[in-house]
Amino acid sequence: MKLVFEKSISGKRGVRFPECDVPCAGNIPDKLKRKNYAELPEVSELDTMRHFTRLSLHNMGVDTNFYPLGSCTMKYNPKICEEAVLYKGLGDLHPLIPQLPDGNKFTQGALQVLYETSQFLSEITGMAEFTMQPLAGAHGELTGTMMIAAYHASRGQKRKKIIIPDSAHGTNPASAAIAGYEVVSVPSNADGVMDIDEFEKILDKETAAVMLTCPNTLGLFNPQIKKIADKTHEAGSLMYYDGANLNAILGKLKPGDVGFDIVHVNLHKTFGTPHGGGGPGSGPVGVKKNLVDFLPISRVVKKSDKTYALKYNYPSSIGYIAPFYGNFGVILKAYVYILLVGKEGLARIAENSVLNANYIMKKLKSYYHLPYAHTCMHEFVISAVKQKKNGVRAIDIAKRLLDFGFHAPTIYFPLIVDEAIMIEPTETESKQTLDKFIDIMIKIAKEVDENQEIIKTAPHNLGISRLDEVKAAREPKLRWAK
Amino acid sequence: MFPNELKYTKTHEWAKMEENTDVVVVGITDHAVKQLGDIAFLELPEAGNKVKKDSPFGAIESIKAVFDLTSPVTGEVIETNQQIVDNLELFEKDPYKQGWMIKIKIENKDEFESLMNASAYESFLKKEEGEH
Amino acid sequence: MPYISNTDEERATMLAELGLNSIEELFKDIPSELMSYSFNLPTGKSELEVRHFVKGLASKNVTDLICFLGGGFYDHFVPAAVGAITSRSEFYTAYTPYQAEVSQGILQSIYEYQSAISLLTEMDITNASLYDGGTAICEAVMMAVRITRRKKIIIDEAVSPIYRKILHSYAANLDFESIDVPVGKDGRADRKIIESELDNNAACLVLQNPNFFGCIDDLTDLADLAHKSGSLVILSTYPISLGVLKSPGEMNVDIATGEGQSLGLGLCFGGPYLGLMTTRSKYVRQMPGRIVGETVDKNGSRGFVLTLQTREQHIRREKATSNICSNEALCALAALVYLTLVGKHGLRELAELCSAKASYARERLLKIPVIKQKFESPIFNEFVLELPIDAEDVVSKLMNKKIMAGLPLGHYYKNMKNCMLVALSEKRTKKEIDFFVESLGEIL
Repeated sequence: MKLVFEKSISGKRGVRFPECDVPCAGNIPDKLKRKNYAELPEVSELDTMRHFTRLSLHNMGVDTNFYPLGSCTMKYNPKICEEAVLYKGLGDLHPLIPQLPDGNKFTQGALQVLYETSQFLSEITGMAEFTMQPLAGAHGELTGTMMIAAYHASRGQKRKKIIIPDSAHGTNPASAAIAGYEVVSVPSNADGVMDIDEFEKILDKETAAVMLTCPNTLGLFNPQIKKIADKTHEAGSLMYYDGANLNAILGKLKPGDVGFDIVHVNLHKTFGTPHGGGGPGSGPVGVKKNLVDFLPISRVVKKSDKTYALKYNYPSSIGYIAPFYGNFGVILKAYVYILLVGKEGLARIAENSVLNANYIMKKLKSYYHLPYAHTCMHEFVISAVKQKKNGVRAIDIAKRLLDFGFHAPTIYFPLIVDEAIMIEPTETESKQTLDKFIDIMIKIAKEVDENQEIIKTAPHNLGISRLDEVKAAREPKLRWAK
Repeated sequence: MFPNELKYTKTHEWAKMEENTDVVVVGITDHAVKQLGDIAFLELPEAGNKVKKDSPFGAIESIKAVFDLTSPVTGEVIETNQQIVDNLELFEKDPYKQGWMIKIKIENKDEFESLMNASAYESFLKKEEGEH
Repeated sequence: MPYISNTDEERATMLAELGLNSIEELFKDIPSELMSYSFNLPTGKSELEVRHFVKGLASKNVTDLICFLGGGFYDHFVPAAVGAITSRSEFYTAYTPYQAEVSQGILQSIYEYQSAISLLTEMDITNASLYDGGTAICEAVMMAVRITRRKKIIIDEAVSPIYRKILHSYAANLDFESIDVPVGKDGRADRKIIESELDNNAACLVLQNPNFFGCIDDLTDLADLAHKSGSLVILSTYPISLGVLKSPGEMNVDIATGEGQSLGLGLCFGGPYLGLMTTRSKYVRQMPGRIVGETVDKNGSRGFVLTLQTREQHIRREKATSNICSNEALCALAALVYLTLVGKHGLRELAELCSAKASYARERLLKIPVIKQKFESPIFNEFVLELPIDAEDVVSKLMNKKIMAGLPLGHYYKNMKNCMLVALSEKRTKKEIDFFVESLGEIL
């Protein structure tokens, strides 16, 4: 499709501003002005609407297609959550108002949303207190890691390493490194969970924390988790919970009860806020009592007169990690979601997401290699090694799925499974959709024997065929220029 | 299968001593090139940089993976093959001649001598494959 | 619960397929003593009840004040078409476009966004977005540290104090040496001090234009100085001002960042916002975040993909250029639609409108005899007034007249208790400005 810049015709306008009603022109000296106009497109409002509406038609989303992208929890996003952000008094609220004299009283509704969401999350995860500020999951990891450093520093220690299993998301080691830590990777055992003997060998007085996703990225719950937590605490180290897979245990298990000291939650995964084509997300972080002092500032408190206020005076805090109070718009959607679902709904979410995943896994296991044949939680990983021997790889299967109106699962992750295909159906999908997906996955497995070419050249039905990523990387063309 | 006049490492680099000099030319084997698939980017050190045996001197990237290039010897980089950085296909087609990466002025010739010869490298590969 | 589709009967069928009698059996790996059975949370409510309740909360927030509050976050007009596009669920319910063939919509929009921001800043290459303008500075600083292999960071104190606080938290564990340079008397960066700090340990010089006090400047001379010492220059910008102001590219900076909230995003109590980052071609492999590139499909048709991904955490893990994964793609789409609607000439017109309103307001306010101008530098849409009394008192009194007069600066700058930062946008009418001037005159 043509770029919007290529549709530009000199003189066209998409918006009109009010006439200038003040007498004097601006006083900007010429030497501070730019030489040339920014070459932005010149198109009408209709041209703009058509261009972007057509672009949207070249995009799959949860509302248009089944999106079993493992690790991403692509569940349905209730529309009332989207509506709430548009209410007057929420979407248009200036973030600096609470910093004005008596400012808190002008933002009581917004502060209540922040306070209560943090309370809900504390209860769900078994933590003492939450900060809502981190702007995404990885930002939450960084915030958590900064608090880990502050905690050890307060005890006069400077521990230098963080232990992370080899099945972890790439953000875990990247976040730890940005906070100044050395990353030590632990291999997984034959059952697909962290090898506890290897773990104990590595765990020592230099270990600042152990970062775990639970259930892990293979969709497996480590039955030894409590033992790992106990050993970690014995070594004076902290347990960090990556909440990417919280959906699986929602309303069933509080990470705090297992021994986790710090938790981040991805509101855009577990709590029904949409992914926006890559963001915005929100990654609130909760901590146990012994870490509360280190939470970022500002903090929302509920006073004895039942009003809410922002407080800044916390000398042990790691300080500011975001300009204000987090991605408020995203937090508001998650708040609405929790109000809708309620306490009895949480466990239903976990149960249905786990049932849906196990159902697909059972139906596919005689067609695809299942490296860890064990009851899974909300997601599972199959491998295309069988198909690879016949010349068809995971990426081919992924592309072929697109032809049938399914978004592909996550592929080539976790790194420890060769030709990995990671499937997460979520609780919101119906048995009818799952059955259709299963049928197509089986059909593709059969095509490997019968009509390989059709898989290797997929997709065929999208108006665009497989894109050349090598060319994109070798000859980077990263923008339009006149 | 692998050129006899070259020496090899377990990380799939090859090394060749330029005749009557203390300069070692380094590249990677065609086995490594095949394993990588489509190469997207090559990062080589500038001349004058010091490199250390068994430490990374650069990186090679496919679309979705990055591998360190490991120096077979210790010394100073005296020349870098800029031509292959700009023309990766040349490197893919001819990894042993036109596809050389860097020239290192070495300090200790024993380091070079202790590398694997072609047949040792070949049996190393067979063993490695067997493990998978 | 309406968001779970399967019926009890369907669940029973599925369990039977699995050879199980109850869903609980699926959770057998979780030791029973770890399970929780009680959660102190409200019970679920209907959509109707929740809507009513949340509207009630919204009404507890202030909605009817005339806004002269800025500080880097501005009350600009958002054309209706922006929301019409971003509320298309083909966009907002998608994930990161890893499957390019079914994500051409979002990929092309990001490519166009990268182009638009590069054109606006007159820089070479823009990434697909970062969280906000503040964390964008942190990412830029870490990028400069990687490129120069140096650890000293020089920051002008007229860079947003909110952003400087974030940077200080980020730097706490990374043994950076950070030098905050007090702003000059006229409101511009202090050349003398900066020059003395720019040595061969300096990784970067961080500046902002217009700066936090609204002052504008040509920073080319500082960029030249920094380059002489082998340091990079990071410039935080306000995109609307670039409709008229000298661009980061023209000033020869190395990395430009900015807060994209003014480009069609609501103020939304602090987020989601949009972190802009753009740089020179030669630094693209050190840039954090996603990047979209143009390519072709098997038939030679144009298409777009995520590219240069080996910089990123999902491949390079602890050696990645950043830990960022989720970004602000939907906000970038909003910014692109906004810039498309406003267009080449509209952006100049808008910037001039903001500037004219600010000049008018400043001129009128300074006619009140007890009010002084704090800095004599030229301004764009924001300026600092020095009042005869505590600025907090002034703001407080004007709140009663439904005017949000500005930001008292004592909270951020100890010696500026009587100073107030006042911002204008195209939304403020002459009538509102006159009312503000009159009301302020009355209370002083």
